[in-house]
Amino acid sequence: MVKISDYARMSALEAVQTALHKAKENEQYNALLSLTEDRALRRAQAVDGGEITGRLAGIPFVVKDNFLAYGAPTTAASTLLKEFMAPIQATAVEKLEAEGAICIGKANLDAFAHGGSTENSAYGPAKNSHDTSRVAGGSSGGSAVVTALDIVPFALGTDTGGSIRQPASFNGVVGVKPTYGTVSRYGVVAMASSTDTIGTFATTADDAALVMDIMAGTDERDMTTLPDFFVPTTLDKKLTIGVVKQFMTDDVDADVRQLVRGYIEKAKSDGHTIVEVDLPMIEYSLAMYYIIVPAEISSNLARYDGIRYGTRAEGVKTLAELYGKTRDQGFVTENKRRIMIGSYVLSSGFFDAYYQKAQKARTLLINEFNTLFQTCDVLVGPVSPTPAFKLGENTADPVKMYLADIMTVAPSLAGVPAISVPAGVTEGGLPVGVQLIGQQKSDALLLAFAKSLEEDN
Amino acid sequence: MYYNKSMTQISRDDVQHLAQLSSLQLDDAETDSLQQDLENILKYVEQLSNLDTDGVEPTYQVTGLSNVWRDDTVLDSGVSREVLLGLPNEQLAHQIKVPKVL
Repeated sequence: MVKISDYARMSALEAVQTALHKAKENEQYNALLSLTEDRALRRAQAVDGGEITGRLAGIPFVVKDNFLAYGAPTTAASTLLKEFMAPIQATAVEKLEAEGAICIGKANLDAFAHGGSTENSAYGPAKNSHDTSRVAGGSSGGSAVVTALDIVPFALGTDTGGSIRQPASFNGVVGVKPTYGTVSRYGVVAMASSTDTIGTFATTADDAALVMDIMAGTDERDMTTLPDFFVPTTLDKKLTIGVVKQFMTDDVDADVRQLVRGYIEKAKSDGHTIVEVDLPMIEYSLAMYYIIVPAEISSNLARYDGIRYGTRAEGVKTLAELYGKTRDQGFVTENKRRIMIGSYVLSSGFFDAYYQKAQKARTLLINEFNTLFQTCDVLVGPVSPTPAFKLGENTADPVKMYLADIMTVAPSLAGVPAISVPAGVTEGGLPVGVQLIGQQKSDALLLAFAKSLEEDN
Repeated sequence: MYYNKSMTQISRDDVQHLAQLSSLQLDDAETDSLQQDLENILKYVEQLSNLDTDGVEPTYQVTGLSNVWRDDTVLDSGVSREVLLGLPNEQLAHQIKVPKVL
């Protein structure tokens, strides 16, 4: 697959034109909602003219369409924001542009990033890069697909409970969910403020590390950002790898387990120590997640009222009617489910039993992680219990769809970094990712470990 | 309390009340399908009640931050009033127009 360094011999214009051409050739995947063609070509000329320089000079990339970026609407894959032209750019996009990178388009997602398959997009689902009858994964499905198809060498996503890692696994690329607070979320459509993170898809661990290095750091416009701790590194020691028992049960597809075991064997033969570890709170993590996250969603999505921006409902007489109809028409059903679950768990009389209870359980989960990280450098397991499922397979049953997140939500709740790296393909030709989880701020170590096990390394 | 005693029973009235709390004007068909969905989701998450959390402090913020202050100075967003006024569907006399409140 194409790496960032492969672009060194191309002019920026050539690189951007090639990316745009590939994007148009692959329209059947529905991975992109818009192209920022005019702006990209102008920026390419500026790079070739020497006006813009940097570590990513002339490198084309794609952002998930919940990043505010110039050159096309920011829709969040909803009709509510169908024509919303962002008046600012996300800090992450600004930082990449300052290094010369060129955004060529905006990727499909589940509307407002609510989902695990990109089937909740108001503009139709993105298709899997290896089998168009299957889902791209989600919610950052489009970003994973454009990376897997070599349209661009990297693409940005957001990960609140697995939305980068799971599509990375389903499409055979690297996906990074960093430590909570690594990258500013300013200018990115908010979902669940206590777990939302910004990360990237790439084809190698090194490229992912470069992109994360550029994006990381404090931002006075996002008070949750941490001082920049991200320093790309190489692995100079042998690690202790904990295989999480709860991730390797019979509930997990046999092909997935076999490929993950293969990855673990490779780590063992490289001299790393493998131990089996317990993380019993995993059993409760999905229940915690589907209380805490909807609660935060119901609060964050209250801003979409159709007044200051967004598509307003027509033919209404009062303000309350405008809110109600705008939101009914502008949100997809999954948005409504989550908002209403959030309203329920935050209701007087239910707050203690649901929201508060879940936040206490979260403490117990974090304690278990902390105990394991006293002896393990990295925890390992699958990203998802299955490879990419069929389009439509899980759409009728929301709880079944949520169960696909069972292995990714725990690191999100604990705020620890977790990455998905390719572990191979099943006999049926579907990619499977392995999930590497570390303690907070060990992001660069996880990527260095992943690099040490990459095929051609 | 607005809801039935058994927490996992969601009535049609409950759905309509939640929709009202959420500023969502649902049609009948969606009200029906959401009634079933919400009940199933709540039944799933209710397994947390089996977990003993006595004496455990809740975690709302995972990196230990609290009360991050900034200087009380105006930050230039780089966005003009004209640009912001260009975003809403309806404006009048350099202001955003809204329907009557009542």
